[in-house]
Amino acid sequence: MANSDYAGSDAETVTGDHDITESAFKAYWKENLTLMGVLLAIWFSVSFGAGILFRDFLDQWSIGGAPLGFWFAQQGAIYVFVILIFVYSAMMHRIERKYDVDDDEG
Amino acid sequence: MEATIFGLPTTLFWTAFFVISTFGLYIGIAVWARASTTDDFYVAGHDIHPVFNGMATAADWMSAASFLSMAGLIAFMGYDGSVFLMGWTGGYVLLALLLAPYLRKFGKFTVPDFVGDRYYSQTARIVAVICALFISFTYIAGQMRGTGIAFSNFLGVQIEVGVIIGAIIVLFYAVLGGMKGVTYTQVAQYCVLIFAFTVPAIFLSLQITGTPIPQLGFIGNTADGTPLLLSLDRTLTDLGFTSYLQGEKAMIDMAAITLALMVGTAGLPHVIIRFFTVPKASDARKSAGWALIFIAILYTTAPAVAVFARSNFIDTVNESTYSVDVARGEATAAEQGEGATPQWFYNWERTGLLGFTDKNGDGQIQYRADAETNEVTTLDRDIFVLANPEIGNLPGWVIGLVVAGGLAAALSTAAGLLMVISSAVSHDLCRKVLFKNMTDTQELLVARFAAVGAVLVAIYAGINPPGFVAAVVAFAFGLGAASFFPVIFLGIFWKRMNKEGAIAGMAVGLSVTAAYIVHFKIGFSSGVIGAVALIVAAVLMILHFGLRKDSDTRALFFGSLGLGVVFLLGVFGVLPDIAQGTEAQWFLGVSPEGFGAVGMMIAFAVSIATALVTKAPPQEVQDLVEEIRIPSGKAHVGHVPAE
Repeated sequence: MANSDYAGSDAETVTGDHDITESAFKAYWKENLTLMGVLLAIWFSVSFGAGILFRDFLDQWSIGGAPLGFWFAQQGAIYVFVILIFVYSAMMHRIERKYDVDDDEG
Repeated sequence: MEATIFGLPTTLFWTAFFVISTFGLYIGIAVWARASTTDDFYVAGHDIHPVFNGMATAADWMSAASFLSMAGLIAFMGYDGSVFLMGWTGGYVLLALLLAPYLRKFGKFTVPDFVGDRYYSQTARIVAVICALFISFTYIAGQMRGTGIAFSNFLGVQIEVGVIIGAIIVLFYAVLGGMKGVTYTQVAQYCVLIFAFTVPAIFLSLQITGTPIPQLGFIGNTADGTPLLLSLDRTLTDLGFTSYLQGEKAMIDMAAITLALMVGTAGLPHVIIRFFTVPKASDARKSAGWALIFIAILYTTAPAVAVFARSNFIDTVNESTYSVDVARGEATAAEQGEGATPQWFYNWERTGLLGFTDKNGDGQIQYRADAETNEVTTLDRDIFVLANPEIGNLPGWVIGLVVAGGLAAALSTAAGLLMVISSAVSHDLCRKVLFKNMTDTQELLVARFAAVGAVLVAIYAGINPPGFVAAVVAFAFGLGAASFFPVIFLGIFWKRMNKEGAIAGMAVGLSVTAAYIVHFKIGFSSGVIGAVALIVAAVLMILHFGLRKDSDTRALFFGSLGLGVVFLLGVFGVLPDIAQGTEAQWFLGVSPEGFGAVGMMIAFAVSIATALVTKAPPQEVQDLVEEIRIPSGKAHVGHVPAE
């Protein structure tokens, strides 16, 4: 693994109180911000994008009996929102374990 | 003739049965989940499982308006109604990604706690307390009113009595159980309300589209094979209504309202504090996901109910033959044969939520867009949820369930707001600002008294709703978006953000947004100017008493007195009336509901600019920011150069 020099990259070890280096902290925070950026871009494109700005364009297709843009505005965006939160939760957990800053007990 | 059980008409019996048994359940839970410490009272001991917290958050979040009015609102607005669907769900993504885990790691009780500590400033704390109180009181008045209306429509008691019964129930479990009691009752209330909302929707979906899942029915076909949405759209345009699929709002306003509602959701204190109750930061994220699943069940069903109900209304009511005998109760609709107005129409006509005037005297109901020829002269939007069980020919007990569901939605939201008000007064105002050497026991006592006081105010506001309740959505979300969201977000993601920036941002964001909403929703008449002066005077007075030990606050004190005079002048009508703004004058075509989005941007700009020209926050605050970015309580950033 590329970051194996960071403290606690071995996900199985759970340590007590410990310091993490500033560079590890910065790398952790940067990964978090990147992940956030990607997910918020999706958040924006399914709601403001598909549901509002480009809905007329998307309406040339339909899902079942509903025009696609309209469907995103009233259904699709909400489903994607739910998925986004769970994806963030799972991926953040991995990032946190990689840098040994997770809050798992044990 | 109507069937009866124990001498009561069936519907009334079942309504009373469900209302009394659910209320009994809530009280039982409250007795079981008593709070004994401030930890229990404010944050349920930080010990709620993320899934339960998700359910409680969903119940807390979905108010009487979501349950009773939203589907009807969408049924009338069509595509324009999407702003509520996206706006009131998208905020949870912001919460889960940007706020909840960090605020949970911070580990205090309230939102003003965070603002006060992060910005090392009593002024910032006091401004945050006042925002929280103002938002919560606006919101709770609407809930109490909703409770009263549900009681008066279904149990035949006066609105006032209904408001008081609802308030006593909420008070009982909020005062006894604090956040712990509120959380577990909200879990029960969620189950009641979601069951009550989905059961009629499933039957309607089966009836109209042949599929039991409303979300599939929404995109499904009617019996003759045409897509339901397209057929509704065609019927509506034929009758002269605006297209269901197109809507009337300008694109910029759609986007602004959606953004304001999303950001406002993430900034509402009663939603944020729910995430203080889970054990740790990672649970706060998961919990937000669960909350959104539970909310999405209702929010994806609502647009389906909207389409079913409006289609069904037109199919069965439009051009149907109205019978005066049925209206008088001397006959039933079933005896009238083909093409007769359905029985539920007459039932709801009696409540005043529906009204028919036979303008052309042909004995039939014409439902049209044109006010000249439209004969459905009253059509309350709540009817589309309330009448569903009858429209779907469901048994009488389902109606009782829907009423209990509406009450559950109103009471759970009211209880969540009550917790914000009570903790803002006892913890943030008394303990942290006015009487710093209070003990925990005293604080708990004050918290309980504050809850009682807040309920009394809410009862008053529910019985005599002030004018601004009509603007509750614009106010609560606009102010949440323009005050709390920017200040919390920058506090977590920008270490350089300081107290000057926070205070300037909150003050400017709040006043610009509030002024815009008042100008376009209510209008600055003499009395309104007086009321605003009174609120600002109270704020300055609290600031004066909170800060006088540390600095010279005579200017605040005299400013407050000066505004008191303005208040008196305003109330006696001496000040000039400024005419209410019109739609043509909207800033960039943004409605008051959407202005929170603009207010937020202004708050961000002012905060960042002010912070950049003033000095950086102290080192320990910057360390605190690093600390809350790390979920683990055991890992700390070592300030030694790496390598």
